[in-house]
Amino acid sequence: MSKCSVGLLALSSLFLSGAAIAQEKIKVGVTATLEGTYTVLGEDGMRGHQTALNVLGKKIGNKELEFIVASTDATPDSAVRAVRKLIEQDKVQILLSPLSGDEGIAVKNFAKTHPELTFINAASGAQETTYVDPAPNFFRYNMDGAQWQVGLGKYAYDEKKYRKIATVGEDYSFIYTQVFGLVLEFCGAGGQVTNRQWVPLGTKDFASVIAALPDDVDAIYLGLGGADAVNFLNQYQQAGGKAHLMGGSIMIDQTILSSKGNAKNALIGTIAASGQADTWEDPGWQKFVKAYQDAFPPNKRFPSPSLLATNYYGSTMALILALREVNGDLSDNQSKFRTALAKIELDAPNGKIKLDSNRQAIGTNFVTEVVDDGKGALFSKVVKVIPNVNQTLGYDAAVFSKIGLPSRSVPECKKY
Amino acid sequence: MSLAHDARVAVRPATTAQPSARAWPEIDNPAAWIVAVLLLIMPLIANGFFLIEIFATTLILGTMALSLMFLAGYGGMVSLMQLTIAGFAAYMVAVFGVSANTNISLGWPWWLAVPMALALATIFGTLGGALAVRTEGIYTIMITLAIGAAFYYFTNQNWAIFNGHTGINTVATPHFWGVNWRADIPFYYVVLAVAALCYFAVDYISRAPFGLALQGVRDNPRRMAALGFNVNAHRVAAYAFASFVAALAGVLQVWNYRQISPGSVSVSACIDVLIIAVVGGITRPIGPFIGALIFVLLRTFALDVLIKFGLDGNRFRLLIGLGFLAIVFWSSDGVIGLWQRWRQSHRPTTGRSGGAHGHG
Repeated sequence: MSKCSVGLLALSSLFLSGAAIAQEKIKVGVTATLEGTYTVLGEDGMRGHQTALNVLGKKIGNKELEFIVASTDATPDSAVRAVRKLIEQDKVQILLSPLSGDEGIAVKNFAKTHPELTFINAASGAQETTYVDPAPNFFRYNMDGAQWQVGLGKYAYDEKKYRKIATVGEDYSFIYTQVFGLVLEFCGAGGQVTNRQWVPLGTKDFASVIAALPDDVDAIYLGLGGADAVNFLNQYQQAGGKAHLMGGSIMIDQTILSSKGNAKNALIGTIAASGQADTWEDPGWQKFVKAYQDAFPPNKRFPSPSLLATNYYGSTMALILALREVNGDLSDNQSKFRTALAKIELDAPNGKIKLDSNRQAIGTNFVTEVVDDGKGALFSKVVKVIPNVNQTLGYDAAVFSKIGLPSRSVPECKKY
Repeated sequence: MSLAHDARVAVRPATTAQPSARAWPEIDNPAAWIVAVLLLIMPLIANGFFLIEIFATTLILGTMALSLMFLAGYGGMVSLMQLTIAGFAAYMVAVFGVSANTNISLGWPWWLAVPMALALATIFGTLGGALAVRTEGIYTIMITLAIGAAFYYFTNQNWAIFNGHTGINTVATPHFWGVNWRADIPFYYVVLAVAALCYFAVDYISRAPFGLALQGVRDNPRRMAALGFNVNAHRVAAYAFASFVAALAGVLQVWNYRQISPGSVSVSACIDVLIIAVVGGITRPIGPFIGALIFVLLRTFALDVLIKFGLDGNRFRLLIGLGFLAIVFWSSDGVIGLWQRWRQSHRPTTGRSGGAHGHG
């Protein structure tokens, strides 16, 4: 019986959505990781998206934006399935997708099969997505994982005097890209990375990983995110771990810093780098934090927006501003819209963002340190701001291409 | 195994009372003709989304579940590695064929890559089956689940062949005779043809001597052994056939999404295939396809339905779970069982022959 009624509902919802096309609307599909290890990240991404709509509004001239959300679980297959549903069933014209690294690579490849639509990356940060064989209709307004690590290696070497470090990271493209950025700079300064451990995304038991952490290093770099990071910290604390820590961009982030329990206190004093810093004084950033805090009650948000919220805010902002510039004109395979997207210079909360010829963001990066605000909440405090970080990390393009693509063992620990 | 038991009860009257129906029982069933015509003219009714995302996906998942139904329904062996075999075939198409990952793909044309993938996946499934036939019942489930889980973790961490968590993207699909076989309508017919072929093959084998012997092995292996049948050989042969069916579905799956990554062969996806078979009913070959249709509809629309009712869309997995619970609660042998019982209660005189269709 229930099967029948569900089937009927499904059918009726379909006809309803068919009737809605009558008004002048621009349909935009959004994907976020609302399932699996990165659920918390996806939810905060959607809060950032909503904040952007609150601030900028949904009107484009006399048209209105309509957003349709689909859920993924950070695997490339789920992203392709969600994007296909949005395109084929919901008939969206523009996509704001996806959130996670490997999803980004899959969606970029998929974008090539739909040259008539435009894809705006929501938050994913694998280098390959825009660096290798980029899709002409795929735009990314956030920096990649390597750009988000700029400044960290030098800071660790020069200021913290770390000489030898080991890394633990999730075994997929985004974390490879993050470690790539770190190793390039840290080893370039003269440091050594003695050991790189990789754990599958969604790992719950870190006992063997923790037991294998080397003792003779100055610090351990953690490239984990979401539930994996919290599990690691709990088990690390129970195992009595005391090493200095360094963090990746989704490790030292409100998604982890405002998790429940006291395992996160192991992170106080940890240095990290990311595309944002919670306590940055910049008025644009402060205004964004206020808008985010006003949009949701305190128990339904983080004390301060996470990197994902900021990225979704930025990509939604680019979408709306570019659409307004062409007054919602999507004719001629959206070519005017795309030209506007490529040229736009965003005054995003986390600094100015413009695109390079691969449609990849050039933006501002932040080196941070985790502090306790005295009331038990943890924030990332700015120690250094680095403007104009490009995808080749300041290297000459030819030199950069010789380093190779981020993977478990690339780059080697040496000066390039 | 009570499901399999019911099936045996239904078999007997058919073989004795209706010998003429032994060949193709669907021929005199008007409902089957209506479904067949509907499926054939589907491109006229459904647009691209419904055609591919709902119906073609249903047929692909249904074919995978059909291979499980064959093993479980006729052989009494519940194998959780059918999706793994399909995934293996899909990976092999990507590895031997053409894809964007040129450092991995060997770039063979599809007509070489596909037979290679089918052969390797069949060998893989047969070897897994040869391991599994040494066990029975819950231990078969465990050993096949272990194979599935091991394969998932292997693909997730092996970068040399399987490209790790990223998987293999932009897998090429066949173009020949001037037709792009991945375009919606041709692809639908390819999927329909393969699914129909597998369906009739399973239906035929279930009535051929091999299938009857297999059902004998299912019901009383010791007696069959005493009669001179090689019980394990029959079971391994059943695994080989089921692996081939699953491998065909795997090839279609990778053409459908044009990419393959470990998420497609995860443990939860293996269990999805079991859910599909159980919800549809594992007493007849049509069951898995009905189960797949329900599964695909729920998976695709649950989120939208919740939001339409103003509920929190994040809870859509709950709706999917409740739907399956309801079906399994009211009918332990799936939707097929519901339908069969409904027919028996409404038409007591013809109920028996109705129940016998598709078997015998």
